[in-house]
Amino acid sequence: MPVNATHDDPERARRFREAALPHLDDVYTLARYLLRDATDAEDAVQECYLRALKHFDGYRGPAMKPWLFAILRNVCRAEFARRASSPTGAIEDVPEGAEQTPLWNEAQETPEAQMLRTRDAATVRRLVSALAEPFRETFVLREINNLSYREIADAVGAPVGTVMSRLARARAMLRSAWMAEEEQPR
Amino acid sequence: MTCDEAEILLHALMDGELDAGHAREVEEHIAGCAACAAQLAAYREMSQAIAAADMKYTAPLALRRRIEASLPQGQTRAPSRRAVLRGFAMGSAVSAIAATGLVAIVLRNDDEQRIDSEIVSAHLRSLQAGHLTDVISTDQHTVKPWFNGKLDVSPPVINLTAQGFTLIGGRLDYIDARSIGAIVYKRRAHVINLFVAQTANTEHRAAKTETIQGFNIRAWSDRGLNYWAVSDIGIDELSEFGEKFEAAAQSSKET
Repeated sequence: MPVNATHDDPERARRFREAALPHLDDVYTLARYLLRDATDAEDAVQECYLRALKHFDGYRGPAMKPWLFAILRNVCRAEFARRASSPTGAIEDVPEGAEQTPLWNEAQETPEAQMLRTRDAATVRRLVSALAEPFRETFVLREINNLSYREIADAVGAPVGTVMSRLARARAMLRSAWMAEEEQPR
Repeated sequence: MTCDEAEILLHALMDGELDAGHAREVEEHIAGCAACAAQLAAYREMSQAIAAADMKYTAPLALRRRIEASLPQGQTRAPSRRAVLRGFAMGSAVSAIAATGLVAIVLRNDDEQRIDSEIVSAHLRSLQAGHLTDVISTDQHTVKPWFNGKLDVSPPVINLTAQGFTLIGGRLDYIDARSIGAIVYKRRAHVINLFVAQTANTEHRAAKTETIQGFNIRAWSDRGLNYWAVSDIGIDELSEFGEKFEAAAQSSKET
């Protein structure tokens, strides 16, 4: 790896800092939901910023946040690959059959009668964290990071229509989980 | 519209991603369909509950410091602890849902960030290669008719020379995959491109300013037209330009 490349330019570092550091909490939030582990999230975010700095010269917009998210995603893919190859560290996985159930069968049990009880943040975070990928990612980008559909499509490299169906699916799954949670309080 | 379609589109409706025409279609379906109406209400409720719960995490201070330290001034960079994995392909796990073709065509396309960036690119293009103006004239009565038949709108061309902004001509440009009118002004040696495009929204929308790649953009909407003024002059002067233009447009309508 070239050691000095263009990394020493203080003006460039300043511009990068101003553009990228304000999004640190958002990037960290996404990392927490993607990786479901605080330490791994920290490592991934740090790696994300290093890579972003390295590629900052090629950055031409449009928006910094989806760009950082796309980089973070790549870092996380690497982490997933590492976990998958390590015998102990594999992530707990997709609820059985989650991908197969048709969307339209999930939320139709007369939802108007069932009000959701407000949940504390920890419970909601746990429910969201339990969503399977790629639904969790899409859901977090939309509901927590407030990206538009098009920004999500840019960040995850999928068509907008796919983003939309994933989001519909994620919400249906989350709602089912939320209901189930209320039926059997802990 | 069928329930299957509405079931997907109601999410775009609630997220404000549908254009006006399709939003109305979904709303009409929902008005006549109790099941879909109940779904929409349920999802809205869940969205609000999530917004109310604080779902964000705050980056630990130590992480912030580590990143700060790894950024700047000729220090050795912290070695990366993770192997680099290039190229990712998250196959569409839900391609079974046949919504893709359906929705791609109905989403609103005014993603502001992207358009702002296209506006800046168009401004940069206009400064290169001597293609600033297709019609060169300081006379608004020459520039305005020139646009006739070239665009689906008739952009207001207003002479602001007396206010310190010299009209120098007009140009056709291409933004967001369609033709758009650009009216070109000069302030001292600085070029101001005023882009004008039609919008379905007829409400007045107050001006917003943004800075992208060192260029200032002032965007507003009025009477069914979107305006973007872009230049390298300061925000103050660009705002002055916008205000004078809007005032002049206002009075020319009234007389």
